[in-house]
Amino acid sequence: MLGVFASMLDGVLVGAVYGLAAIGLTLIWGVMDVINLTHGAMITMGMFGLYLAFTELGLNPYVALLPVAGLGFAAGVVIYWLSVHRVVGRPPLMSLLSTFSVNLMVIGIGTILWSTSPYNIDVSLPGFSLGEYTFTGNHLLAAAAAVLIAIALSLFLARTRSGKAIRAVASNRRAAELMGIPSSQVLARAFGLGIAIAAVAGGLIATLFPFTVLSGSDYQLKSFVVTVLGGLGNPTGALAGGILLGLIEGGVTPFIAVSWIPVIEFALFVLILIAFPNGLFARRTHR
Amino acid sequence: MTKQHRWIIAGAMATLGFAGLVASGSSVAAADVVTIGFTESETGALNVDSIGQFNGFRLWRDQVNAAGGITAGGKSYQVNLAFYDDQSKPDRVQQLYSRLILQDNADFLFSPYSSGLTATAAIISEQYGKIMITTGASEDKTYQLGNKYLYEMYTPASAYLTGALDALKTVHPKARVALAYADDAFAKAVATAARTYVQSIGMELVFDEAYAPSTTDFGPLINKMISAKADALIGGGHYADGATLARQVYDHKAPLDFISLLVAPDSPKFATLGESAVNVTAPSQWAPQATFKPDFGPDPKTFGDAYRKAYGIEPSYHAAGGYAAGLILQHAIEQAGTIDPDKVAARLDQTDVETFYGHVRFFTDSSRHGLQAGHSMVIVQWQKKGDQLVKEVVWPRAGATAPLAYPLH
Amino acid sequence: MSPKKPFFWLLVAVIAVFLLPVVTRDVGLRESLLLAAIYIILATNLNLMIGFTGYVNFGNIVFFGLGGYIGLYLVTAAGFPVALAATVAGLGVGAIALVFGLGILRLRGAYFALATIGIAEAVNAFVSNFGPWGGATGLYLSFEAYRPLGGPREALWTVYLLLVAVMGLSLFLGYAVKTSRFGLGLFAIREDEAAAAVLGVNTPLYKAAAYSLSGVLPAVAGALFFFKQGVIQPDQAFDLTLSTEAIVMLMLGGQGTVTGAALGAFLYEQFRGILLTSPVFSSFQLVIAGALLLVTVLFLPGGLMGWLYHRWPRLRRVLE
Repeated sequence: MLGVFASMLDGVLVGAVYGLAAIGLTLIWGVMDVINLTHGAMITMGMFGLYLAFTELGLNPYVALLPVAGLGFAAGVVIYWLSVHRVVGRPPLMSLLSTFSVNLMVIGIGTILWSTSPYNIDVSLPGFSLGEYTFTGNHLLAAAAAVLIAIALSLFLARTRSGKAIRAVASNRRAAELMGIPSSQVLARAFGLGIAIAAVAGGLIATLFPFTVLSGSDYQLKSFVVTVLGGLGNPTGALAGGILLGLIEGGVTPFIAVSWIPVIEFALFVLILIAFPNGLFARRTHR
Repeated sequence: MTKQHRWIIAGAMATLGFAGLVASGSSVAAADVVTIGFTESETGALNVDSIGQFNGFRLWRDQVNAAGGITAGGKSYQVNLAFYDDQSKPDRVQQLYSRLILQDNADFLFSPYSSGLTATAAIISEQYGKIMITTGASEDKTYQLGNKYLYEMYTPASAYLTGALDALKTVHPKARVALAYADDAFAKAVATAARTYVQSIGMELVFDEAYAPSTTDFGPLINKMISAKADALIGGGHYADGATLARQVYDHKAPLDFISLLVAPDSPKFATLGESAVNVTAPSQWAPQATFKPDFGPDPKTFGDAYRKAYGIEPSYHAAGGYAAGLILQHAIEQAGTIDPDKVAARLDQTDVETFYGHVRFFTDSSRHGLQAGHSMVIVQWQKKGDQLVKEVVWPRAGATAPLAYPLH
Repeated sequence: MSPKKPFFWLLVAVIAVFLLPVVTRDVGLRESLLLAAIYIILATNLNLMIGFTGYVNFGNIVFFGLGGYIGLYLVTAAGFPVALAATVAGLGVGAIALVFGLGILRLRGAYFALATIGIAEAVNAFVSNFGPWGGATGLYLSFEAYRPLGGPREALWTVYLLLVAVMGLSLFLGYAVKTSRFGLGLFAIREDEAAAAVLGVNTPLYKAAAYSLSGVLPAVAGALFFFKQGVIQPDQAFDLTLSTEAIVMLMLGGQGTVTGAALGAFLYEQFRGILLTSPVFSSFQLVIAGALLLVTVLFLPGGLMGWLYHRWPRLRRVLE
């Protein structure tokens, strides 16, 4: 019984981090109706950003999250003007492909720089034990950071002027424009914010598990699943979706072979997408 | 859309098409050169394992060429290695081996690293009738598909973990064994044999699960092992997953007394795991401390010294296997007096020799042609000597350099 | 639309080019053209969904992979001859696609695209655990299987000819659909699904039929391709990269036109062949593919054919 509880707790800790990654994806989706296929590549960049800050600059990996977030934001703004600006409001194929093409380029450059070999951030914080089960400090800290960032983001969106502008553009771009909000700038900022969150989530994941240049695409798929659980375009839902996914995975793991988990995960993904396109936590249907 | 844009695009597309036409030329082989083709995993999950094998090939080539090449039928052939990066991916392997044969005119082939990649490459070697000496490819099934040109340097996968279990039996006859292995061709073949062996020697198999080779989060598996009250862990797969598993077992403070993992702990790089590596054991095809008396070629010490001089690190068993693959091929070509594949294959069938790498002989019956019949394995363990981690041979007892350290911590 | 002779002659010319290695017995050229044929099959069939119907299928590779598995399984376990196994695989996958299609085609736009990714991953994960198909290690062909075709070397030629035939069929199918009433219905759905429904197009049926149809020939090609490879493994069979590359080819050549899909696929294969063997350039392959795709999407949504048609409007009347 303790084993099942430990497994679920482990799932929740990791799930919170996946939830954070999904927030980056779902924020962009909600604001500009774009499924950002650079998401995985940006998670990867976060991982390598943290790796370089840790090994080359000798920064504490948790401190290094700050520059990673800053660079992520800058990269996001650049990518917005380069590939997203022209396709906002066009058919989904256009934005899917334009962001996917940036993804190809970033992964290509990453492969040239770091090949596809595994990397590892060698940091190990003391955790706590429940009976024979141990939870590492890395997991605890990553989950706590994920939750804090998610809370900070929702405060930002709800309380600050910039945050309100983003919400205004999301709900009605033309009306926002008429109220004097420079909507393109706001979209660029929102895109930068989404990428910054993805990069930070990537950095946190890198403190838990080894990674390669291609790891981002796995976590991008995870983000899709989490996003669909939490409701596309719904940042708070995404964190809840991540934690729920962690609970399900952790709860199921003790009873079936681990290799079946992805089958359940993706079958669930397709079924929920068909049955509840607005997610399990959607309060009302919009759009 | 402006006019300028259109021209840029038209130009780009025309260039692509043109470059495609130019690229289909082929190279010409010079006389008295024997070309050996292979792919290596310069990048991807298998790169740590593959590099040792690649170093072994290159050391052999350099030494042969410095000594005047391979002599056959009154001619001396300089050895030319043709190789590409397969990125640890099977789909590239087939394309690249076709290219090695068709465009680089390879006379012989070495295998890529790992059973999975080799199984796909073997199909090409067979389709074009080229001899392939395999190293780093020990899954038995590959040799049972009716191949005629495949020769295996390694002891087959089925024997990998039996030695570790024998060693464990001497210190803990009633061990509760957890088997956690990568879901790939090689590790699965090892696990199938180990599963039966655990029960046949009176131990209890309390956990038995495969994981995806790309797994990075072993937390769920480790928690299940703890729940199953396992005290010994056997399994693993290749370097990337094995090293991660060892590290996370340590981080999770799993109460295990004995760990034996495939491949990963044999690599010199495993020592960088520090505390997580202490007293972890691995089955090994060869260890530098070996004392074989070779019929030809270097003895173990000469090989080890030359390797350390060339690459600045200890040779892993992959390195020894790579060098030995060249040595065995060279021996067969020299005996046959020609580089004709069918005549060389006939000589390989008769191989029954002792080298620095140990005994080498191949099965020749059609149900398992080319499977290694002569070679045997050892068990190595990373032991702490002061601040240093040292790789000792602990099994079989006859060749041991140190006693088995048990329990783990 | 009346049938146009030039397309027919173009088809004949393309097949004639692909038969060139049979005459010269050039194995290297055959291997290159074989991949080109596969790419053309994938891109032209994907065109039925993306180009004609306006639905983005990111997981089209699932047809190719499932076809490969069914085909190889029938050859190894039931001893089917390869041509029969490939046919059964095609029909079987068409039927499976119809079932999937009726489920996920309720979704529109990006939701549909996500669902196709989900299906590809779910099938990949399932097959990785599916014992009869060898799980993650996959299925291996015994060399005996090549014997009825005259040994491995001859078998490769037979497989090549079959693949060229499937490629010809794909081109013909694309053209036939485009010029049929069925195709007209699909175009109506692409332009405005609600309006199409009002005008009497049975949209759910049309969409599901297009989805199912777009799976048949890729499945046949998958069966033939993996028979040639001699081995099939889940990660190889359901590689999402190939799936997305097929979209790149389609966009490059020009979605909505059969000639464009084929041209894009052919050029992409040539481009990939050059970059394959260099470790540095094989990474640049992604960078260049990405840059080309971005430029196409942003500035040239009609792809190469769109550009040609724009430049020489008469070409559209002559070709398709």
